[in-house]
Amino acid sequence: MDETHEPISAEAAAVQDDGHAPEEHAAHDVAKHIRAYLMVGLTLLVFTAITVALSYIDFGTQKANVAVAMLVATFKAGLVAAIFMHLSNEKRMIYRILIFTAFFVLGLFFLTYLAWYDPIVR
Amino acid sequence: MDIPYTVTARPDTGLWNAKVGIWLFLASEVMLFGGLFSAYVFLRLDAAPGDWPHGLLNVPVGTMNTAILIASSVTVVMAWASLKMRRFARYKLYMGITILCGVIFLAVKLAYEWPEKFVHFGAHIKTEALEKYEPYLGNKHLLAKGHEPRNKITGHLHNHDALHDPNIHEFEIALDQVNADPTNPDSDRPHFWPVHATDKIAHVDKKDVKFAGMFLPNFNTYFATYFTITGLHGLHVLGGVLVFIYLWLPVGANLYKRNPEHLANRVEVAGLFWHFVDLVWIFVFPLFYLL
Repeated sequence: MDETHEPISAEAAAVQDDGHAPEEHAAHDVAKHIRAYLMVGLTLLVFTAITVALSYIDFGTQKANVAVAMLVATFKAGLVAAIFMHLSNEKRMIYRILIFTAFFVLGLFFLTYLAWYDPIVR
Repeated sequence: MDIPYTVTARPDTGLWNAKVGIWLFLASEVMLFGGLFSAYVFLRLDAAPGDWPHGLLNVPVGTMNTAILIASSVTVVMAWASLKMRRFARYKLYMGITILCGVIFLAVKLAYEWPEKFVHFGAHIKTEALEKYEPYLGNKHLLAKGHEPRNKITGHLHNHDALHDPNIHEFEIALDQVNADPTNPDSDRPHFWPVHATDKIAHVDKKDVKFAGMFLPNFNTYFATYFTITGLHGLHVLGGVLVFIYLWLPVGANLYKRNPEHLANRVEVAGLFWHFVDLVWIFVFPLFYLL
């Protein structure tokens, strides 16, 4: 019933990985991903520099500057979530949890928007 | 008692348990930081013109800290990949670098960035007295150019006693560049390199001051949100570093000998938490340092 009762040696675990490959990340898959991890890290650093540079360009209004910066930040956050956090290739259970999270956090920001916009007073 | 499903998938979820656990935890973390960010949005949108300061933080240092955090996200995922490929020595190296990055990030924050704010003085000028301090504020110049007005004078406070002693009636301030030369177009927008206090001294009558103090959470809503959000983020960095140190110590080696996949999974969930902390910083950095 419980796999942790029996100690598994490194070789046995490796065989289990490569053999029936029940888990999502077999060793040879991981080796292929390393290049992607390094490239994402480099991209994130480049986009950090771009964020800094863009903040010194006047896009007309302060709101426009914030919008541009948030666009870049969302792209960077998406990269972190998709590649580093493996969300590009996860099990359904995780997505189910995150759909609720997204719903509630968007609801929260919508409330913030309503409080600021205040359609009744306007 | 042994925790079940540490390395094999539970049939109904299709995942080992810790993976579900960490994602549920991260979901709650999204709501925690989401609440603080929505408070930030609310406070900022409601701030009167000139009340939301710009360019008060050290951008090069903030950029460096951002790069350090991104680098640590790469090294922690490399540490996990090394375990997956059963290269323990590499794992120790990458995890060691990750811990080092986290410690540097915290040290810069606690030993440099925050203390620098604790000794930076500012005085909010009452609306009716703004005219009197026009030589330090340059509001006519700003108005003509369509910029937000200035309503505070900042710099290095010479007479510290003035903060507490009611018998001292004025603040003696070595002005920041922006107040020393307010009509210089150079000061219209924030700089990349921080500009330090000048030798020019100003005397500000306490009667004309709405509120004066160091750049602490009570100085204005900007610093209140800055210290709250970066403080909570810093606690997360500390938590991550402590877990990484635990996994890096002989505990990790022993677990590796018993069941390397179990250690890899522990590093993966700790890494997921770390990437989330990095992800939060990706939004904190432009919102507080740049805009």
